[in-house]
Amino acid sequence: MRTVQLSHGGGGEETNDLIRDLFYHNFKNDILIKAEDAAVLEVEKKIAFTTDSFTVSPIFFNGGDIGKLAIAGTVNDLAMMGAKPLYLSAAFMIEEGLSYEELEIIVKSMAKELEKSGAKIVCGDTKVVPKGSVDKIFINTAGIGEILREDISVLNIKEGDVIIASRDVGCHGATILMKREGLDVSADLKSDCETLWPAVEGLINENISISAMRDATRGGISAVLNEWATSSEVCLEIEESAVEISDEVRGICEIFGFEAMDFANEGTFILAVAPMHAALALDLLKKYDFCKNAAAIGCVTQKYPAKVVLHSSYGSSRFLDLPKGELLPRIC
Amino acid sequence: MSELKLKDLYDGFRDPDTIRSLAKTISQEALKLDEPLRIMEVCGGHTHTIMKYGLPQLLPDNISFIHGPGCPVCIMPKERIDHAIALAGMEDTILLSLGDMIRVPGSKTSLANERSAGKDIRPLYTPMDAIKIAKENPDKKVIFFAIGFETTTPMTAAVIKLTIEQNISNLFFHINHVLVPPAVDAIMADGQAQINAFIGPSHVSVITGAKIYASIPLKYKTPIVVSGFEPVDVLQGILMIVRQKVEHQAELEIEYTRSVTMEGNKKAQALINTYLQPRGHFRWRGIGDIPNSALELRSEFSYLDAEELFADILPNEPIDDHKLCICGTILKGLAKPMDCKVFGTACTPNTPLGSCMVSSEGACNAYYRYAGVL
Repeated sequence: MRTVQLSHGGGGEETNDLIRDLFYHNFKNDILIKAEDAAVLEVEKKIAFTTDSFTVSPIFFNGGDIGKLAIAGTVNDLAMMGAKPLYLSAAFMIEEGLSYEELEIIVKSMAKELEKSGAKIVCGDTKVVPKGSVDKIFINTAGIGEILREDISVLNIKEGDVIIASRDVGCHGATILMKREGLDVSADLKSDCETLWPAVEGLINENISISAMRDATRGGISAVLNEWATSSEVCLEIEESAVEISDEVRGICEIFGFEAMDFANEGTFILAVAPMHAALALDLLKKYDFCKNAAAIGCVTQKYPAKVVLHSSYGSSRFLDLPKGELLPRIC
Repeated sequence: MSELKLKDLYDGFRDPDTIRSLAKTISQEALKLDEPLRIMEVCGGHTHTIMKYGLPQLLPDNISFIHGPGCPVCIMPKERIDHAIALAGMEDTILLSLGDMIRVPGSKTSLANERSAGKDIRPLYTPMDAIKIAKENPDKKVIFFAIGFETTTPMTAAVIKLTIEQNISNLFFHINHVLVPPAVDAIMADGQAQINAFIGPSHVSVITGAKIYASIPLKYKTPIVVSGFEPVDVLQGILMIVRQKVEHQAELEIEYTRSVTMEGNKKAQALINTYLQPRGHFRWRGIGDIPNSALELRSEFSYLDAEELFADILPNEPIDDHKLCICGTILKGLAKPMDCKVFGTACTPNTPLGSCMVSSEGACNAYYRYAGVL
């Protein structure tokens, strides 16, 4: 089996081979192959800039892999600010002994995910570290995007706004947990890992009045809703029965005693939109396969500022709090 | 026939229409009560359901809940947590326990802190993993810090059985299994909580059978209804209690008939009796020493008993709770989490001062997570 060796990170011939045959070959674009010390970029408009590191274990899971996650994660953070993803950096920290074939699958998966937003990897770095220094592979990506719609912010959520979830929640967290525990509960369960930009672009093109957007990654929608309630000093009133949760995710939660709303997602976002645009926003979202379960889950009021209230369908209510404790390390 | 799915097993027991209709019936029948109903749900699993589903909001004012001591993590006194920490600190040792135990503060530190300082401490999802870990690490002492009420005891007994049958020489047991009936007796003997009905534990009763509560209605003249953990189960159990009270009865009844019988799981009971015996004394956090309220390894298996083998490093002085923590009073049913000065401020699930804030079965944790909208 061909493996990645320490020499691949030494800066010499082997490093050059790896970069040329694998990274340049798959991420090919004019800026990257110039191979300068830094990429030179031309940007006309205001830009958004973000970074994220990916350490998920296992590196391959139903519905994606660490490569797909590393692209979707950073591209989605840009999209959530109304920015069209343009340029990314990619830094790989690889444990010696990782199979070359696995690295190639990861890199190809990154290239495929980039096509969905049109973003390009324009600079990068590769380090190979001795066995045990990292677990198989860690990837960092940073990215910039051109802001197409300003004023999307967690500070802008207003009383009356409708809260929309782009799909059923908790798939990524449940998938990783199932794989880690070696459970084979359901073959239908897969991570929601996905580039969200096409749906966001659709909303922007139709001039939907979006107050805020956020992808519900670690901490799930519980975390996003609480962050919003606190940042905008508003009360988010959520109808529990409107939040879609698949039977598979419910099953995993049942077995392990977790809450689906606390589970990480990697292709699910929450929107606050002006009430007059809520129906149109839902129609637009549902055109995309990865948002076909989009639903309005609640609204913004002043009832309990800085709190999220969950209403049950049988007449009781409770506060929804931030998830606590060791939920799941290395989920993304 | 279509395939049976997991959700088919619980969906009906969470059905909104059934919940609403039960709550309405309870409210009507409760009008006939001649004294307020103070129900102790003994088990932390029920506390969790009651808070998660906001059941007090659906019930009339003359029905209230007193949260019981049925949370194995919550009742663990600090000196026994210090045992776990001392054992984990030995050379070449792997300490195993169940999830929540890892975060409970002992007198100076917690297992979670010790783990981040490099000690090999592993949470188990199933006790059976202890066998695997012991076999994979023949050069290490593997110690299973076993906790739980009657529900989890058979699993520990099964691991002990396999350890003996397979001649595994590096797996040892620190037994902290506790029993429900003596704890109920201790709380009733105290008398201050003014409890006049009980919801009996679900899973404990699957193992033991409902017979272990037979003396409760006789001694205390209170109804006890063994209920399931789903919201419909709990409400149905409350309705059965209300009806008994209205008729001035005090009976042992089973609501959770799909799993619980009077006799229980006799095989599991036999397995427990083969390896474990009642221990003279066990100090419960907040409640104090209760005779015959816990189990220990039978003397013929003392060669597996970590408490005996490593006795010289295990502290045995009782250690009191943090001055500001009122876990003890809560476990006795004399206070609610909101009555605690540090609830939600100095004591949160991330920085627990007391054990009731750690476990999802702890009253403070359930209040913190699910405190209802007033």
